[in-house]
Amino acid sequence: MRFERREHRSLALVIATPVLAILCALALAGLLIAIAGAPVMEAYWRILVGAFGSRLSATETLTRASPLILTGLAAAVAFRARLWNIGAEGQFYLGAIAVAAASSHLFGGLPSPLQIPLLLVVGAAAGIVLLLVPLWLRLRFSVDEVVTTLLLNFVAVLFVSMLIDGPLKDPMGFGWPQSQPVADAAVLPKLFARSRLHVGLMIALVLAVAVHLVQSRTVFGMQSRAAGLNPAGAVFAGVPLGRTLVTVACVSGGLAGLAGAIEVMGVQGYVTTDLSPGYGYSGIVVAMLANLHPLGVVLAALFTAVMFVGADGMSRSMGIPSYIADVTVALSLISMLTGVFFTQYRIRR
Amino acid sequence: MSEAILDICSVSKRFGDNLANDDISLSLGKGEIVALLGENGAGKTTLMSILFGHYVPDSGKVLVEGRELPPGKPRAAIRAGIGMVHQHFSLAPNLTVLENVMAGTERLWHFRSGTGAARRKLRGICQRFGLTVEPDARVGDLSVGEQQRVEILKALYNDAHILVLDEPTAVLTNLEAERLFSTLKDMAREGLSLIFISHKLDEVMAAADRTVVLRGGRKVAERLARETNKAELAELMVGRKVARPVREPSTPGEVVLDVADVSVSIDGVERLKSIDFSLRAGEILGIIGVSGNGQTTLAHLLSGTVRRDKGELLLFGEPIGDLTVDDAVRAGIGRIPEDRNKEGAIGEMAIWENAVLERLPRFSRYGLVDRPSGQAFAGQIIEAFDVRGGRPTTRTRLLSGGNMQKLILGRNLIDRPRILLAGQPTRGLDEGAVAAVHERLLEARRAGTAVLLISEDLEEVMALADRIQAIVNGRLSPPIAAEGASATKLGLMMAGEWNEEHEVSHAI
Amino acid sequence: MNAVIDIFASAGLWAAVLRIATPLILGTLGALLCERSGVLNLGIEGIMTFGAMIGWLTVYNGADLWTGILVAGLSGGIFGLLHAGLTVTLGLSQHVSGLGVTLFASSFSYYVFRLLVPVAGTPPTIEPFQPIDVPVLSSLPFLGPALFTQTPPTYAAILLALALGYVLFRTPLGLAIRMTGENPHAAEAQGINPMAVRYGSVVVGSALMGIGGAFLTLSAFNSFFPTMVQGRGWICIALVVFASWRPGRALVGALLFALFDGFQLRLQTRLSGVVPYQIFLMIPYLLSIAALALMARRARVPQALMQPYRRGER
Repeated sequence: MRFERREHRSLALVIATPVLAILCALALAGLLIAIAGAPVMEAYWRILVGAFGSRLSATETLTRASPLILTGLAAAVAFRARLWNIGAEGQFYLGAIAVAAASSHLFGGLPSPLQIPLLLVVGAAAGIVLLLVPLWLRLRFSVDEVVTTLLLNFVAVLFVSMLIDGPLKDPMGFGWPQSQPVADAAVLPKLFARSRLHVGLMIALVLAVAVHLVQSRTVFGMQSRAAGLNPAGAVFAGVPLGRTLVTVACVSGGLAGLAGAIEVMGVQGYVTTDLSPGYGYSGIVVAMLANLHPLGVVLAALFTAVMFVGADGMSRSMGIPSYIADVTVALSLISMLTGVFFTQYRIRR
Repeated sequence: MSEAILDICSVSKRFGDNLANDDISLSLGKGEIVALLGENGAGKTTLMSILFGHYVPDSGKVLVEGRELPPGKPRAAIRAGIGMVHQHFSLAPNLTVLENVMAGTERLWHFRSGTGAARRKLRGICQRFGLTVEPDARVGDLSVGEQQRVEILKALYNDAHILVLDEPTAVLTNLEAERLFSTLKDMAREGLSLIFISHKLDEVMAAADRTVVLRGGRKVAERLARETNKAELAELMVGRKVARPVREPSTPGEVVLDVADVSVSIDGVERLKSIDFSLRAGEILGIIGVSGNGQTTLAHLLSGTVRRDKGELLLFGEPIGDLTVDDAVRAGIGRIPEDRNKEGAIGEMAIWENAVLERLPRFSRYGLVDRPSGQAFAGQIIEAFDVRGGRPTTRTRLLSGGNMQKLILGRNLIDRPRILLAGQPTRGLDEGAVAAVHERLLEARRAGTAVLLISEDLEEVMALADRIQAIVNGRLSPPIAAEGASATKLGLMMAGEWNEEHEVSHAI
Repeated sequence: MNAVIDIFASAGLWAAVLRIATPLILGTLGALLCERSGVLNLGIEGIMTFGAMIGWLTVYNGADLWTGILVAGLSGGIFGLLHAGLTVTLGLSQHVSGLGVTLFASSFSYYVFRLLVPVAGTPPTIEPFQPIDVPVLSSLPFLGPALFTQTPPTYAAILLALALGYVLFRTPLGLAIRMTGENPHAAEAQGINPMAVRYGSVVVGSALMGIGGAFLTLSAFNSFFPTMVQGRGWICIALVVFASWRPGRALVGALLFALFDGFQLRLQTRLSGVVPYQIFLMIPYLLSIAALALMARRARVPQALMQPYRRGER
């Protein structure tokens, strides 16, 4: 048996792949639920109800999807240029703490229309800084950025933990390690009353479209794609490899930092070390499920959010650990990888 | 001739729509040297891969000393005494010669390698066939010629008595090649049987007892060396009389590019050492040399992708400092890279994207890519240069090698460049495509373009170039006029034998 | 300064170094074996987590400690099989596949753990491996308590490092593995099956990772909690580079690393209140990054690392 490269990929197949991958992951997760002794169909149903059953749960799902869109974009942009940024989790936290610090110490007095954009920039900048370190190590010392970005995730969380236990600790927090809250003027406006859904969703959606346009229409988009697909060819064609990667890193790190910023400004209001339920890592899955397409990221983020929010509800009522959501998301990544392979190759005997 | 030691009987193999081998039979006698002659894509490599068990044939079989070889089992082929020396060396550069030779020769689960015995055996083989290599040297530190010896030793160490060499001279100088052939003849005299694959007529005539010609996946002829000649073999190989275009005399114009005393280091290794040459409008300057002597760096220097350590580049008489890709493109330097697939095009991008990528400033406004005009540009290239097998939006990877080269030629020539840099422009192309590329180069010369042709193919350079310089170990020989150049003389130049004093005086 | 000398002079530090080093040694050897055959295994973090969980769970359910180790190794091997399927058979990106395996293996561990072990205020515990005094040597002054009163898996890990060095550099199998990692086409041409070699290396390497994880719950601690692996897997990946893909150096690297870690733990208790403890906790990760920057250009990387091998395709 051997694999042969397909010369032509049908568009239908490319679109069907993530759907099939998700179905496959759900089926495998169903197996795990069944082994746990719970009725599978009912569990699926409860997940759907948990994610969409009420106005509250639907807005909650969208609230979850917002940072996931941003971390998903962060991964998609980077991976397309073969910059393996696995550090979105750390960049998320750094963006979040930068926003909390800036709002409580620097811009707290500014009015919303001024303060909110400023803070978003600060959050993005923090994410960028954290990604430029491993990129520099790669360009200067040829260090594989996968491992360094992964390691920096731990450093970033410890750094945040140090700050919220020290200089940024909330004096009103009953001794809990949490940061001072952002100023009231920094809180992102809600999209609907009596929900947690905030304008961060709109920001994420606009950025998804923007990233798509940049990648498909601009010189930078074409150059970064060339750099990712074939560095030697890109250099020959005059693409400035280092500068392109730095720009890509700025976009990617900035998006991840922004995710942390909107989560603080829109949902929690202050920073703790459990602010992210792994948004950075899930962003990788989101990007892969979307086949690195920025608009696909939106849908993939929605799926992931449904799993997380839905599984929470399901686990409460059925006694299945909510980790089933993480398992399903991870399985969908593996199925997706396998699926993409079979859109590119066929089996020959 | 003694009886056949190897019989390939009616072997066929199909890949998709492509019938790579169509009912091919071949036999090899003890102590015989058979040349397998054919163009790229004629099916030579497929046939040898079947012989060696890398592919399973759709039909047909292989007999060694009358016993059938199980298909698709490399190990069985090795055990039957077949050894293969690949064109691209299959070596592990970080391991020693001995380790490269020993790998896979012992029982895998044995608890200790018999290194001492192996070293003794290897030394013995080295002596018997005059192939000197130090067993404990790291392969990555050896020269190309030595690495090839390691490849041959690998086969001999496995007690091969049938040796297959795939284009063995592709990476060697003429002198090294001659030495290789005399070694091969010695080996045949010692009782080994050899097949060597080639598309070079000279060496087939020089080394083989018998020649089998493949074309389009079929065996078209079989000739004993003494019964044939180069012209006949050429016609058999190509299937028709192919006339490569010939250069007509012309008078070159002013100097457009002057390279004076330039040195370049890559990763701390000096790849170009104080080279000098000048290039005139309307001439072709040929740079010959065996691959790995600095050609790649020279091409990169003029393509604008590496920086010089010292020396001066003068473009149209002006010193330009370091050349960048943008400078080169803007100054009208057409660039044909030596590695089409790696540098020439990005396979996963569309044809039009590859056409405009190096001239994006022209095809963009406010940082936005002007897609319609880019696609129109690609359309023009496809039309004017007869690129077959794709529209502007087709992924470039789907083009054949010849058509990809036409695309690359097209994007460079369509704007009538003043300088054309062609690195190995016909490497790996079949005879028809070679003729087309040659025609384009000569056309550019007629139009007044200054062409720098970097090539390993002596015949090509002799046919096209007005002046010729050899590159050896990063140094450039002084130029000689093509008219006075014989193959022997060029061969000596490629081996680094040039008399500086004498040549300089009558070069210009 | 005195504090520093005190720390280095205490036998407790040196005993702790070996204890801290053990999971790193095992994980690094596992990753090293995979990479020598040409496969980067970023599944390590998840595989160690699963090994920690399943090893503990096995013992918690009444099996003996060595069975726990065995089960952890087997399950590591199964995840290795998954990774090999994705990267060797299908030739997918080793980066992404490895991360997929890590995400799956760790979330699956948490799922199984939550499912089978009810939530409790304090996590349930098992009776872990007890230190064994090496006869004679353990009664040496200072050296005895420092080096020769470890649990059996620690001694095993050190022996394993030596054994792997022997296998890789002195046996035909090791040569086949190294050849495959350098140039699978050359290996194939010599009659070695690169697919089989890679499968074998990844499965065995992943088993070692699983055992490394199990050491955490069966010897270093006595209970399992999520996030207990804490990036040790990634540190092992960095250590492989630091060790230039040599088992002996991997052993030294892991010990050196553990020495820093043990030292900072002790320094931390002495300087608590003065320097935030998080600074100390960052040290291992920063140290790994520094080691990578130091060694990345010098190390002789297996040439075929991260390159999928497909027959007939170059």
